[in-house]
Amino acid sequence: MTAKKHLPRLVGITSVLEHPITQNFLIPLFAVVLSFAVGAIFIVMVGKNPFEVYSILFSQTLGSTYGIGQLLFKTTPLIFAGLSVALCFRAGLFNIGAEGQLQIGAFLTALVGMKTFGVPFYLEIPLLMLAGMVGGGLWGFIPGYLKAKTGAHEVINTIMLNFIATALVSYFVTNLYNVPATVHTPPISPAGRLPRFDAFVSGFQGSPVNFSIFVALIAALFVWYYVDRTRYGYELRVVGLNSKAAEYGGISVSKNIILSMTIGGAIAGLVGTNFVMGYKYYFEEGFSTGTGFMGIAVALLGNNNPFGVILAALLFGMLEYGGLVINTMVPKELVSILQAIVIIFVISSNKIFRKILTNFLKKRTLSIND
Amino acid sequence: MISQIFSLAFLAQTIRITVPYALASLGGVYSERGGVTNIALEGIILNGAFSATVGTYYTGNPLIGVLCGIAGGLLTALIHAVVSINIKADQIISGIAINLFAVGITKFVLEILFHSSSNSDRIPGLPHIKLGFIEQSPDIARLFGNPLVLFTILIIVASQFIIFKTRFGLRLRAVGENPEAADTVGISVTLYRYYGVLISGALAGLAGTWLAFDQHSFTDGMSAGRGYIALAAMIVGKWNPLGAAAACLLFGFAESLQIQLQGAGLPTQFIQMIPYVVTIIVLAGFIGKAVAPAADGVPYEKEK
Repeated sequence: MTAKKHLPRLVGITSVLEHPITQNFLIPLFAVVLSFAVGAIFIVMVGKNPFEVYSILFSQTLGSTYGIGQLLFKTTPLIFAGLSVALCFRAGLFNIGAEGQLQIGAFLTALVGMKTFGVPFYLEIPLLMLAGMVGGGLWGFIPGYLKAKTGAHEVINTIMLNFIATALVSYFVTNLYNVPATVHTPPISPAGRLPRFDAFVSGFQGSPVNFSIFVALIAALFVWYYVDRTRYGYELRVVGLNSKAAEYGGISVSKNIILSMTIGGAIAGLVGTNFVMGYKYYFEEGFSTGTGFMGIAVALLGNNNPFGVILAALLFGMLEYGGLVINTMVPKELVSILQAIVIIFVISSNKIFRKILTNFLKKRTLSIND
Repeated sequence: MISQIFSLAFLAQTIRITVPYALASLGGVYSERGGVTNIALEGIILNGAFSATVGTYYTGNPLIGVLCGIAGGLLTALIHAVVSINIKADQIISGIAINLFAVGITKFVLEILFHSSSNSDRIPGLPHIKLGFIEQSPDIARLFGNPLVLFTILIIVASQFIIFKTRFGLRLRAVGENPEAADTVGISVTLYRYYGVLISGALAGLAGTWLAFDQHSFTDGMSAGRGYIALAAMIVGKWNPLGAAAACLLFGFAESLQIQLQGAGLPTQFIQMIPYVVTIIVLAGFIGKAVAPAADGVPYEKEK
């Protein structure tokens, strides 16, 4: 009797939990609010007022054109990294290697840029972007190929390749292509520079936000179209949902694994458009402080949806700049703590909600039957 | 040149580098043998190092510092255990989040306690045990007189025995290989997975403790990727304590060599890559086959 009675209710829970609104908005929102609440505990521990700290965090980042410029500058690389991770997630792959992919990509962008003086801008800009995509794509192809051909887990391989990328780039920058006494390369050709916003709107003065954010938005559109609207994307999703079924259905799993990792790597490789082409005009060792890892958080919070990724990247970009703003009141690492807690809450919420709702309904059904 | 490089001081340095790798790597073996992937090792090491520093600084007693280091590791591992085993969320993402959390929380508290964003005040080191028979070489005597070195050697050998020859080890491997079967014969999957993760927390916390004492202070991000190297060594060592320790020794040797060669103006980045390249090659199956425990990383859903 009991089982029969609450079966439809359980189905109801599943449909509520798996509803796109729940998955795309409610759970991420819940995770963000909860992490700010936990963050408040840390702020109180330092003896500060959480409302004051948070209001400064929001007002100084969102309250001025300069703040928004800084926020968007921090957001751009996070969109690339988040898209890279999200696309691979949709194919059932876990790309922890965005950090290495973006380093190789950004380095190649700078390398090609410093060797191609005299090329007109309409060729130079696409060329440098291509260089970044080739570098990142290669660094994604390797773990994809190894997974497809030998079954080696992409998680471990991408972690290893991150370290190899750091060492490799360090070798090239310190031994072959550096400006003496620095850890950065010579500048790229002026034709490869992307315009900064402050060249057009004076309010952005001083913030390095530049046209690479449009590249990031185009990349997001591409990922959406590719994954959700093309045959290739359909294959990719089937492989991600059920690789056995895909194989039976005549979809090559190994081809899709290699392809997704390569495209994911290529997107991460575009991070150089922001730093190299839009900001410093050279590659610098250690320019990325964990952007690739943050991309994982961005993809999760954005529910692996390209538009969700943009929103999540905006939030994380705001936090990254916001950390600097609140640093006089509380250590800026509060932001890393918030980001970590958001991740844990996002991955836990689904399971916890299901459990709580199920238990709650079970009890109610039982008491009704009594 | 060669004799300069391969001196007793070089040996001492290799062992100094290997100890934290070996401790964390063993931790990884316990956790993954029990079926829980542990990328959180990196964060556990960092929190262990920080707790050990704070404990020693405020009590002036390095032994209490060691206990704090272990406690810090255990608490961090506990988060991973709850998220992975009870909530059954993705273990890799949990690990990454914990690593991020560790970087944040240690720097946050560092700034509050020591008013610095980079390092703590100086702490005393561990007292040495006097070993009469190797007094003629001070490097070696200091090293092997260090209780943590002795403990590491002991725990490596003991772990091989514990995991493969005891009832506890058999049960731990059972919940990592085939949790359904283990559950059927009455072994609590949850309990044994907790054991695995918590042991890894204690050991990786100890690895962090070693780093703090070795440097007589805490510096931000001082785990510096060691958790990932330990994870790599665990794979190269094929999830066996002795194998993992041997891989750690190889990686420690490579790193020590890299430090020695740095002065010689050689591009040391390529030596730096050795552990990672070796791991990729081993994982691809070019040197034997590295097979993880069957249920590694898979949450156990009990049939209702």
